[in-house]
Amino acid sequence: MPSLPEMNENSSVTSIDYAPSIHESPVRYFLRAFWRHRSAAIGSVIIILFILLAVFAPVITPYQYDQRSSALLASPSASHWFGTDDMGRDIFTRVIYGARISLQVGFFAIAGSIVIGSFLGLIAGYYGRWRDTIISRIFDILLAFPSILLAIAIVAILGPGLNNAMIAVAVINIPAFGRLMRSRVLSVKEEDFILAARAMGMKNSRILWKHILPNYWSPILVQGTLGFATAVIEAAALGFLGLGAQPPQPEWGTMLSDSREFIQLAPWTMIFPGLAIVCTVLGFNLLGDGLRDLFDPRMKE
Amino acid sequence: MLAYTIRRIFMLIPVLIGMSLVTFAIVHAIPGDPAKTIAGEKASPQELAEIRHNLGLDQPFYKQYFLYVNDLLHGNLGTSLITHVPISEEIQPYLAATAELSLAAMAIAIFFGVNLGILSAWRQNSWLDYSGMVVALLGVSIPVFWLGLMEQWLFAQKLGIFPSSGRIDPRLGFEGFSGFYVLDSLFSGDFTVLGDVMMHLILPAVALGTIPMAIIARMTRSSVLEVLRSDFVRTARAKGLSEFWVVYKHTLKNACIPVLTVAGLQMGLLLGGAVLTETIFSWPGVGRYIYDAIGQRDYPVIQSGILVLATIFVVINLLVDLIYAWIDPRIQYGKD
Repeated sequence: MPSLPEMNENSSVTSIDYAPSIHESPVRYFLRAFWRHRSAAIGSVIIILFILLAVFAPVITPYQYDQRSSALLASPSASHWFGTDDMGRDIFTRVIYGARISLQVGFFAIAGSIVIGSFLGLIAGYYGRWRDTIISRIFDILLAFPSILLAIAIVAILGPGLNNAMIAVAVINIPAFGRLMRSRVLSVKEEDFILAARAMGMKNSRILWKHILPNYWSPILVQGTLGFATAVIEAAALGFLGLGAQPPQPEWGTMLSDSREFIQLAPWTMIFPGLAIVCTVLGFNLLGDGLRDLFDPRMKE
Repeated sequence: MLAYTIRRIFMLIPVLIGMSLVTFAIVHAIPGDPAKTIAGEKASPQELAEIRHNLGLDQPFYKQYFLYVNDLLHGNLGTSLITHVPISEEIQPYLAATAELSLAAMAIAIFFGVNLGILSAWRQNSWLDYSGMVVALLGVSIPVFWLGLMEQWLFAQKLGIFPSSGRIDPRLGFEGFSGFYVLDSLFSGDFTVLGDVMMHLILPAVALGTIPMAIIARMTRSSVLEVLRSDFVRTARAKGLSEFWVVYKHTLKNACIPVLTVAGLQMGLLLGGAVLTETIFSWPGVGRYIYDAIGQRDYPVIQSGILVLATIFVVINLLVDLIYAWIDPRIQYGKD
């Protein structure tokens, strides 16, 4: 039966379900709506799980991540849940420790691009003119490269390694946040309350901080969460190409690259690190989609 | 339209200059001694001097950049440090291979993405919609290199349906003339070769096409949903048109502009993803060329390979913008 344009019980946010009661604080209202929203809830559960795994890695894992054993390329068993790699290292242990690396890289890369991108976008949007021209052209140039190629270029200049890969991932994500901030500033700048603030003699820096930035948090949270997902993939891709984390670091992309020779002999060396990437990325994508629906119900299909 | 076209082309100039600065930095702005990084730790002083001289590293910095741009404008992409062949010659067959793979991936992405999106929208909130959207969500969450490895393991090594790497069985002794093996074998009428070429193409094209497929599916779904709610679709239904016509003719036509834009923009993702896909499937394209160059520290090849792919990406984006403006007259030509 063709579906008619109607609100249906499966769509997650309807105004009636979530109407805040008079006694409820906005925060509690948001948390309640958030929890009822299926994809946001599933996404955050996955992310929290991976954060816990990363934090408690030494407690959870039965071995050291670089501890070798005589069981080379052993298949999954009770003593090695995910099997072992070509050096006899426990893959379960390495995958869990890999969560530490991927979450750290994702976090610092995205935090870096948010800070730098927002700063540049703020200046471009608020002051306009030549500052806007220069900054917007820089964003255009960064966006002119397919992102992974720009990352390869940056690592080629700086040299391979985890930190440089993190810098590269941060740089390629700067324009996304910069443009978001710029368009946000441009749309808020002309509002009456900004005019009023200016008429009252408020300083530029105070206007920016008190009136413009608060309008930016919800889109930044959405974009940041979705950006985290791509950052994890991009960092793993650099690792896979041999430009990111270097052995024996248990980085998921590097592990996949090492597994290529043994796919036929020991597919578990390839399956589990990949699944870990997919789950993490899925978690952030689900949360990002959910947050977008919650913050901006108009975006929802 | 003409004024807009000319303006858009002029706007490319600062972007191209910026791109050349970035790729210039790959060889010339390596921190420390670039020659040492390029030649490796064990290089003798003569080797270092030779590299410095060949790459112009002994010149002042601004002059190095000037020479680099001058070379680029004359179509000179430098010389490979390993093969000593000019890169502009060496890269041509690789380019054709990458183009063939990307186009195949795009075709798969558009065909499956659009149909998946339509079906999901048409049967909104059915199991079909849910599974379609789960596939789309998984599609944007799977790294292309892992998908490639999984395909290789499952379909090539376990099941043995497809060859696991390369473009063609070398025993066939086939020599293409244009570099596009599908077209070459089709025109030469050799269907054994055509079959072999297609079998080699499927796994990498599916791996590369999956992410754009997922994005196109989501985009199609939301734009079809919007159109399905419009009055003219209700009228079409009221007239008693079959669902097939309502959905495929009326809806798709109106939903196609946003979908086309997304599809065009996904080409960038494809060109980037090509580096990873080609690495896994030993596909002899520009991506593989760059990957091998990374392993051999062949910096001029890394530099020019990235510049060529990025330039193609910029040109495709320009074309998408122009086509978009041409299809949809509501676009404001005044805005940038």
